[in-house]
Amino acid sequence: MPPVASVSALPGAHPVRRALVPTLSARATMLAILVTTAFAVPAVASDYWLNAILIPFLIMALAGLGLNLTMGYAGQASLGTGAFMAAGAYATYNLLLRVPELPLPASLVLGGLVAGLVGLVVGLPSLRIKGFYLVATTLAAQFLIEWVLNQYPWFSNYASSSTISAPRLALAGYDLSRPGGRYLLTLGTVILVTAVAWRLVRSQTGRSWMAVRDMDTAAAVIGIPVAQAKLKAFFVGATVCGIAGALWAFAYLGTVDARSFDLDRSFQVMFVIIIGGMGSLAGSFIGAAFIVLLPILLSHVAGIVFGGAIDGGQLQNLQHILFGGLIVWLLIHEPDGLSALASRLWHRLAART
Amino acid sequence: MTILTRAIRAAAVTASFALAAPASAGDAKEQYFPLATFRVGAYASSGIPSWAGVIDYLRYINEVEGGINGVKLFWDECETEWAVEKGVECYERVKGGKNGSPVAVFLPHGDPVSKALTEKSVADRIPLITTGYGRTEAIDGRVFPYSFTVLFSFWSEASSVVNYIAEQVGGKDKLKGVKIATIYHDSPYGKETQTPLDILSKEYGFENIQIPVPHPGNDQSAQWARVRQIKPDWVFLRGWGVMTPVAIKTAAKTGFPVNRIIGGIWSGSEEDVRPAGSVGKGYLAITPFPAGQDFEILKKIKAEIVDKNRSDLRDPKSFGSVYYNSGIIETIIAVEAIRTAQGRFGNRPITGEEAQWGLEHLVLDEARLKQIGAEGLVQPLTLSIKDHEGGGAGKVLQWDGAKWAIVSNGWVKSDRELLLPLIYERAAAYAKEKGIVPRTAESAEASAR
Repeated sequence: MPPVASVSALPGAHPVRRALVPTLSARATMLAILVTTAFAVPAVASDYWLNAILIPFLIMALAGLGLNLTMGYAGQASLGTGAFMAAGAYATYNLLLRVPELPLPASLVLGGLVAGLVGLVVGLPSLRIKGFYLVATTLAAQFLIEWVLNQYPWFSNYASSSTISAPRLALAGYDLSRPGGRYLLTLGTVILVTAVAWRLVRSQTGRSWMAVRDMDTAAAVIGIPVAQAKLKAFFVGATVCGIAGALWAFAYLGTVDARSFDLDRSFQVMFVIIIGGMGSLAGSFIGAAFIVLLPILLSHVAGIVFGGAIDGGQLQNLQHILFGGLIVWLLIHEPDGLSALASRLWHRLAART
Repeated sequence: MTILTRAIRAAAVTASFALAAPASAGDAKEQYFPLATFRVGAYASSGIPSWAGVIDYLRYINEVEGGINGVKLFWDECETEWAVEKGVECYERVKGGKNGSPVAVFLPHGDPVSKALTEKSVADRIPLITTGYGRTEAIDGRVFPYSFTVLFSFWSEASSVVNYIAEQVGGKDKLKGVKIATIYHDSPYGKETQTPLDILSKEYGFENIQIPVPHPGNDQSAQWARVRQIKPDWVFLRGWGVMTPVAIKTAAKTGFPVNRIIGGIWSGSEEDVRPAGSVGKGYLAITPFPAGQDFEILKKIKAEIVDKNRSDLRDPKSFGSVYYNSGIIETIIAVEAIRTAQGRFGNRPITGEEAQWGLEHLVLDEARLKQIGAEGLVQPLTLSIKDHEGGGAGKVLQWDGAKWAIVSNGWVKSDRELLLPLIYERAAAYAKEKGIVPRTAESAEASAR
């Protein structure tokens, strides 16, 4: 935390410090409460909550976090998220299958790193081109990876339909194949990755990413290695997306094929961070909550309110209209995403106490 | 603040729904039958008529037959838009049963979602009935205890097409040198027939040509230019969605005779051919879901449900269509499985585990099909722990420009004796990869007690 540390080190900065410290400790307490509750969830939650709500929410948040590092922090727009997730899922699958002596976390991390390497290659054009043109090149990667995984049966161990299916998930003898176990695996991974990402964006690397994002010419002038920063952003972002992809395949669905990670998935992750807030780690979580959970909530509410009275198809269309309308309304009122809204709310609350 | 309280209230609302899901079978009098429908989205045109078939048959059972042995069925819908995640969400939402009544069977209605549910259904002990789609190896119920690829697997589909062509050319011994080009949707589903066609071409000596079409397939000039060059005798078209009408139109444009194209299961509905217009006349398709309104059960449903304005069908044109009939066929299998289970466990709502027993002892022979009124509509089939497919035959339909006519001589059987050992081999490999201990008939019987 360099900003706080430097402020508190100044002799005349006590008023600022006093204002900040309670907020920080309050934040830490809240975070601690949140994490403890999250770990306690499997004791009370039903399969439905774990399998259909919490696991996909956490994984989408993780994928959003990966893209947020590349796009939100380093400003390198990418539609290759689906490809990175697919690379991570297939790499982890092959590691689990072909190197069974590797423990699960190692396979996950290595699978993520393979996705990171794919991201590195996909990121190469970013050294020359930016903006929409860069999006177009990442789009090419999206189609290529999907095609390769579908085309070469080696990747799916010659399964008749080139689908991959989770081998037995176990960690240190503890079976993780039940919903509770899969949830804890997902949660543990998400917390660890988020902690690493949190450190990273506040480090030298994170600052150089933001400098490149805000104006790469200026960044180059003050001596930031722009090319290195861009590639690093692609590598780290794709690694995180790769881990998310592996979890999507094994902790969430169980059996997937490359089409689970198609262009729609890339767009979905991009919407997560646009709605949640670009350049905000919390934004990935808030955005994922919005994209994943709100439609489910709407469908429950619609079922309770109109169940049976209105034709099922029309009811669904109504929900789409409402959901779309909410997105438009939200982006007009808060173009920086829900995380900006949340932090404004937080400051107002903090000011009141 | 207001947003925060609203969010909390919203969370509380969902929490109360999800946590309130009842778990075990109580003393419910009716059988819960959840429906994971898709009435919007890209595949709505197939979803609407198939689910209408399902619902109309359920209504027929309730209102005309007074339920299954007196046990009425009740259902609710959960919209999936044919998306995997939504399908999984719906499955999780309903799997606990409703009002104390358990879920006997679940109809995933989609290849990807059925694969995502394969393992979940084993953990939850709820049979998945996948008619005309799903993983072919799941025929081996020793390894896939809760996946039921009843009727017609993709391997059987390929084999039946070859056998139909053999009938046309005058016997299997005449297949030697015949050129069969398979134009397939380049996806896991599309590639499912590659292995069996490879095996069959070695067996019978026909030339097996594979031509992929990338999703979604709205431009196929390159593929049909290749067809023109190769000049195959027959084209086996394994399309999905928009790919089929585009293929028919492009074939007509390049001068390939449409009556030499045989569509697969998912290229053989009215919705696939109509958009191609007049050039679709003569197009063939193999299907386990014969179209038509003249089957006994359809006449009954027409009289009791449709004519009394009780049908779920919005567009009366779809009555008797391939998709509508597929819904009826699928529900007949589900209902008969529940009936079989009731024979063993008592006339009451059946649990998933009991329905598995019912499915594995399901016998739909000619006599029983005649009683139901489904003679000619459903193929005769017998399921067992080693055989979750049962039939493995299809009928060939031909489009006359306005409707389908059945042109094959009854059901075209597949070479199951030839393919089953290879399917078992693949299932065994899957079991090994996943560390599954295959069930035996004895252990299954013991657990049913």
